[in-house]
Amino acid sequence: MSEPVDSGATAVADRGRAEVEAVLQGRSRRTAAVSLIREAALLPVLVLLIVVGSLVSSAFLTVSNFSGIGEQIAALGVTVVGESLILLIGGMDLSLEGTYGLAPMVAAWLMVPVAEFGSGTKLSPYLAIVVLLAVGATVGLLNGLMIVKGRLNGFIVTLAMTIILAGLQLGIVHGNTLFNLPSAFLYLGSASIGAVPVSFIFAAIVFIVVGLFLRYHRTGRAIYAVGGNLSAARAAGIKVDRIRIGVYIAGSILAAIGGLIEAGRVSAVTGQQGFQEGIIFPVFAAAVIGGVSLRGGRGNMVGAASGVLLLGVVQNILDLANTPNYWIEAIDGVVILIALILARVIGGEATAE
Amino acid sequence: MSEQIASAASAAAPAAEAAGIHKQFGSTQALRGVDLTLYPGRCLGLVGRNGAGKSTLVSILSGIYPADSGEVRFDGVPAPPLGNVRAWRDRIATVFQHSMVVPGLTVAENVFLGRQPRRAGLIDWRRMREQTRQVMAEWGFQIDVNRPCADLTVEQRQIVEIARALAAGTRCLLLDEPTAALERGAIERLFARVRQLTASGVAVLYISHHLEEVFEICQDAAVIRDGELVLTGPASGLSKDDLVTAMVGPDAAAMRADLTRAGAGRSTAAPAADRGAPLLVIDHVSAESPGGRVRDTSLQVRPGERVGMTGLLSAGVSTLARIVAGAAPYESGRVLLDGKELPPGRRDLALRAGVGYLPEDRQADGFVSALGVAENSTMTITDWLARLAGFLRPQTRAAAAAPLTRALSIVSAGPDQPVGELSGGNQQKVTAARALARKPRLIVAITPTRGVDVASKTLLLAELARVTAETGAALLLATDELDDLAICDRVIVLVRGERFTEFTEPPFDREALIAATEGMARDAAGGGAGKGNASTSARPAGAQPAGHADSPPDSDRQGTP
Repeated sequence: MSEPVDSGATAVADRGRAEVEAVLQGRSRRTAAVSLIREAALLPVLVLLIVVGSLVSSAFLTVSNFSGIGEQIAALGVTVVGESLILLIGGMDLSLEGTYGLAPMVAAWLMVPVAEFGSGTKLSPYLAIVVLLAVGATVGLLNGLMIVKGRLNGFIVTLAMTIILAGLQLGIVHGNTLFNLPSAFLYLGSASIGAVPVSFIFAAIVFIVVGLFLRYHRTGRAIYAVGGNLSAARAAGIKVDRIRIGVYIAGSILAAIGGLIEAGRVSAVTGQQGFQEGIIFPVFAAAVIGGVSLRGGRGNMVGAASGVLLLGVVQNILDLANTPNYWIEAIDGVVILIALILARVIGGEATAE
Repeated sequence: MSEQIASAASAAAPAAEAAGIHKQFGSTQALRGVDLTLYPGRCLGLVGRNGAGKSTLVSILSGIYPADSGEVRFDGVPAPPLGNVRAWRDRIATVFQHSMVVPGLTVAENVFLGRQPRRAGLIDWRRMREQTRQVMAEWGFQIDVNRPCADLTVEQRQIVEIARALAAGTRCLLLDEPTAALERGAIERLFARVRQLTASGVAVLYISHHLEEVFEICQDAAVIRDGELVLTGPASGLSKDDLVTAMVGPDAAAMRADLTRAGAGRSTAAPAADRGAPLLVIDHVSAESPGGRVRDTSLQVRPGERVGMTGLLSAGVSTLARIVAGAAPYESGRVLLDGKELPPGRRDLALRAGVGYLPEDRQADGFVSALGVAENSTMTITDWLARLAGFLRPQTRAAAAAPLTRALSIVSAGPDQPVGELSGGNQQKVTAARALARKPRLIVAITPTRGVDVASKTLLLAELARVTAETGAALLLATDELDDLAICDRVIVLVRGERFTEFTEPPFDREALIAATEGMARDAAGGGAGKGNASTSARPAGAQPAGHADSPPDSDRQGTP
């Protein structure tokens, strides 16, 4: 039965509040501790892996090996940032691997002479990088429009898109590999400052900038709101559609940059890069192992980065252990599953779901 | 009073009985000791307000979930165990408010759903069609048994469901608000069928929101309130007023006193604001919505005015409120704020134009459960809080949220505690904080006190009243909690998506409000308690509201049929 609208109710609430706050204070401290554990969930696993690595090979704990790991994970890392953003808004983009292959292929094709299967336009490498970014942006925009405005299923849209992109990637060069690319184009993926690969520094900067953006920028916070509860975000007046489309574009641009780094690392663009080598699996695995939820709204760049590091170290150990080539994929899969289970056990409910 | 029924039907043994049924959901006591008896050849009309326990009782009688205590008996024999769906269906059949036919299957398949006649382990199609045809012919239904149910009208689908009950030989039929989706002609035909059924000895339980229907086809009537049957008796011995009084309860007088007291704290801005131009103009808006359609409705709200809107579940009250908030689209008409049109379904633009919004379903639309109290409370003002290039500091956010959480007494472990961990009342306060943070000129609140404890409820209403009084913001309060309307200056009642009547003079009479939501304008002379505060002339009881009722004073009346 309703009480008269007066200050009486406030008094009632105030009386109860002191007790409740006392209880909640303890709970808050516990919550904080739990969230810290979650963010650092993979740290013990990484330490364990480093111990295992050093036992497997004396070459593991060397500067050159770590520099190699850094070089290898940079391309994956930048793409994982893109996928994590899309997962955070509650989406899913399988076409990042297609963009990862097609964007550098289009750029390379525009730079290389006809005799080497290029278009013969001999575009400057700087303009080529602009084209590469534009290809990424276009793919992201198309995905975003179809999924957000067209209300098509994101899984199928991006699955179709990745196959289209991979087909284009082979089609424009008739399945050939493009070599002899300008050094400015290869710089990001191949150069080093001392023992530290430029690509690794670049990837680290991407993680830090995106991490800060997500934590402190109003659009970054809106990404969490949209992924956590889309209709609540809409009811709060957030421009939900614009943010979702924007995130699809940003994700694809990051995947294109990932492709650029990979092209620099191997000094070529192959028809296999991206889709055919199945890069989307480690991309998803790293994000999910790092605690980015496939249901949206949960996860951060600290987790995503540790997921990438973990996969890179595992890959490296398998290489050093001279795992027979035919078995490497099976072992890779098993290791990813184990990492996922460990992340779940250590990180609790919210991780690896 | 149930003896009266018993004596009236002493010739027959009960077809179905519910004895001492208790049912609890969490902390809510849905049913407390309900005794209900259905006799062969009689139709019992069951009425009660939203949340009184009607649906729970139907579900228990249909064997959908068990009672905590008490017994259901059919023909004097205890009901079969809950899992034995087949045995339940043999004894009692329910036609639910929402159609339960499978659209992809034919009429015959739906009639024999789950009990198809078989031959050698395979479905005997010929016999199934033949028996369906027989049932249809026997009862005068004219539907081709081979048609897929997707092609049928709502009325025909209902017939399929009734035929399903008849084919199973069920002697007990539950009709849960069967007329809600029917046109007038179809309602008449349904009534004829129900009379035909009772004449053949079937026991019918008829649940409806429309009291006149009960008197039209039921021999007996029962009223449920707060999980208890408060009135049972032959319909011929009861009047509509008896039913309404029973639905409202003896605490109506106390309620009225409360309303009067609360009414004293109403805005003083309203009379002065009469001179001002309207802040909100709803101009002949129509919309189709699964939550209740709105038909050619107009309304004006002035700055500082608090307008309540109420009606039955599907009367379009929440749809209209959602339209004003920009949270739902509409097909025709216009919504203007300060003379500027609000584009349909654009919540973001409505927010920036100055419309604060407390959505109906707080779990779905009210907050992001993984994010903190401060972040949720300030979600509508991140553009105000952001500094350099859109970056904002968590401390700024917490500081901005602090006055809001203080004003609403939000109890949390701190600004960063995820809202998902808070109690329902505190979650709703966070939703309110989010709506009030941007200092709206118009607040649209839909059932803001639903599922909220009494202290929080009073606090929320007081805060809405305070904000409107202090800032001159207008309030559009859509609710079915009649107590909440005490803070309003006037109340609009919607019936079937149209403005039915308006109460302009608080305190609002509870019984008159309920009668109006049921589509009955109470006779002002008969109801002394009404104080003649309904602004419309009294309509004949049971009249179908046609066209939009009274238009707001300033709007043209050309839409009136």
